[in-house]
Amino acid sequence: MRLACPVVLALCIGAGGPALCGDGAPGHVLPVSRDGNLVVGLCDGETSIEVEGVKPGEPMTREQGQKVADALMTEWRRKHPDAEWVVADAGSAAAVAAQGVPAAPAGSQHQTYGAFTERDKQIWQESTDKLVAEGKKIFHDAKLLGGTNAVSCDMCHPDGSNTHPETYPKYQVQLGRVAMLRDMINWCIENPVRGKPFPDDDPRLKALEAYILAQRKGVALEYGKH
Amino acid sequence: MAGGHKSIETKHYEERAAFFEGLARLGALSRRGFMKVACASAGIAAAKGLITPQSFQLVEVAQAAEAGTPGFTFAYISDTHLYTAKVNDRFIRSILKAVDDVNALNPQPDFVLFGGDLAQLGKKEELELGAEILKNVKAPVKMMVGEHDWFLDMGEQWRSLFGPSQYSFDHKGVHFVTLMSVEEKDFWTARGMTPEERMQTVAGLDNGLQSRFEVGPAGRAWLEADLAKVDKATPIVVFSHSPLYKYYRNWNFWTDDADEVQAILAKFDKVTVVHGHTHQLLLNQIGKISFYGLLSTAWPWPYAPEGLPKLTLTAQMNRADPFNAFDGCGDGHLDVLASGLVDKVYNLWNRDPVTIRSTYLTWQGTTARPPAPTLPTY
Repeated sequence: MRLACPVVLALCIGAGGPALCGDGAPGHVLPVSRDGNLVVGLCDGETSIEVEGVKPGEPMTREQGQKVADALMTEWRRKHPDAEWVVADAGSAAAVAAQGVPAAPAGSQHQTYGAFTERDKQIWQESTDKLVAEGKKIFHDAKLLGGTNAVSCDMCHPDGSNTHPETYPKYQVQLGRVAMLRDMINWCIENPVRGKPFPDDDPRLKALEAYILAQRKGVALEYGKH
Repeated sequence: MAGGHKSIETKHYEERAAFFEGLARLGALSRRGFMKVACASAGIAAAKGLITPQSFQLVEVAQAAEAGTPGFTFAYISDTHLYTAKVNDRFIRSILKAVDDVNALNPQPDFVLFGGDLAQLGKKEELELGAEILKNVKAPVKMMVGEHDWFLDMGEQWRSLFGPSQYSFDHKGVHFVTLMSVEEKDFWTARGMTPEERMQTVAGLDNGLQSRFEVGPAGRAWLEADLAKVDKATPIVVFSHSPLYKYYRNWNFWTDDADEVQAILAKFDKVTVVHGHTHQLLLNQIGKISFYGLLSTAWPWPYAPEGLPKLTLTAQMNRADPFNAFDGCGDGHLDVLASGLVDKVYNLWNRDPVTIRSTYLTWQGTTARPPAPTLPTY
């Protein structure tokens, strides 16, 4: 569930079980509601609130979400009368603090692009590289491609060469229509690889695109080029 | 293949080959005779939809007149990368097409070189299948080993089928040497790899884990000993699976001790190296040594992003058409001239054949440059 409210991004929503607050954050064990109501937890790992009349999985309106967020923040402020939310949030990650976090302007809400560290950048890069690495694995593995004749992409395209991702979209003469890179990936999966094409939202297709594009870093985009 | 049936494609290429052969023999005709035949053949070609009348084929004839006389011819099939029939039939159909091609050569070549990588993953069944298919070649077959044949059992099966991986022979005044150039330093023991993992690693071109190819100290010592008894004026033709020079390290388009091997070969006046592995029309000249890369029957490889020898003519293969499984693939033959130098014909299956005169290489591209192709790239 996603609520359009900045504070709510820092909330955990759960039904009494452990919940994750964002990727890789420590689990927050939420109390179980006796009436089976939705329990929403705050990222501090301690504060939580039961939402009357809303069951887990049911949608909330924007107003309800705002109420929940406000209630949680009020509760947090009651427990920490002298603390500043932004500072406390930043301080909660000891490793980040150790590197020296740029001081956020007092009273402002924490902004992702307002204050990020080298560590943040590393995390972003590693997450991206992870997708590329996944794509590389699929690119080199006939089974992961769903092929039936033991042919994998790298056999004709070492290091993703001769795939020209920077030229798409382009009129693919042999198909008789304009194609995107993914159309050609799927064409290759169907033909030389003799597999089934991936649906457009298939994570494998995204990973393949990521790998192929990553091999062309620095090459100018030239859509339509032949 | 062995039976009476020939596919439309085979017949088509037989006709085309005969057409070229005929034209080449007419090279010595008078100008008038030449024009007469040239016009007639162009008419035939145009009627077949084969070429446009102004295509390079007539230039071929003009060139034939000045080229050296072929002493003899040998053909090649290379890099077939066979899986068993159950896994992949496409590569099998490709090698069968190549066998058809060399069997259709008239006159027949003195022998057929197999350029290595018969199998894809070095399996017994793959190698046996390849051996079985190559039995259908009418001319004698000279085998060369590739890394795909070797690294599952370090060549045990291959040697039991085809004999030693390094050998030499003399044929009509030319000394031929087949080298085992795809030795690799042990990268697998420290990583605890199984033979299958070792093979799979070597099979990947862009797999940085493996070592670089080399002839190795033992191989070079063998080569020196073999050549010690050969006169310096004798033409030498070397077969190696990897190019005996340094083209692109990351893909193992490379022989690590190429400089040492070249130094051994440089003592001879006329040396030609014929190599597989790179799956592309690839030409190089280093000192007196001419290098010809062989086509694969299985799939073409893109030219590497750097290190490409400047004499290579990339137009035909720079961007093979993925929609045609045969584009960029093929086979071919080499004419060993009376002079001891070698002309090479790249029989690209989906393109017009390309003839490379030895003089194009030995004169560093200043003469005998083959005409540009008439077919567009995609």
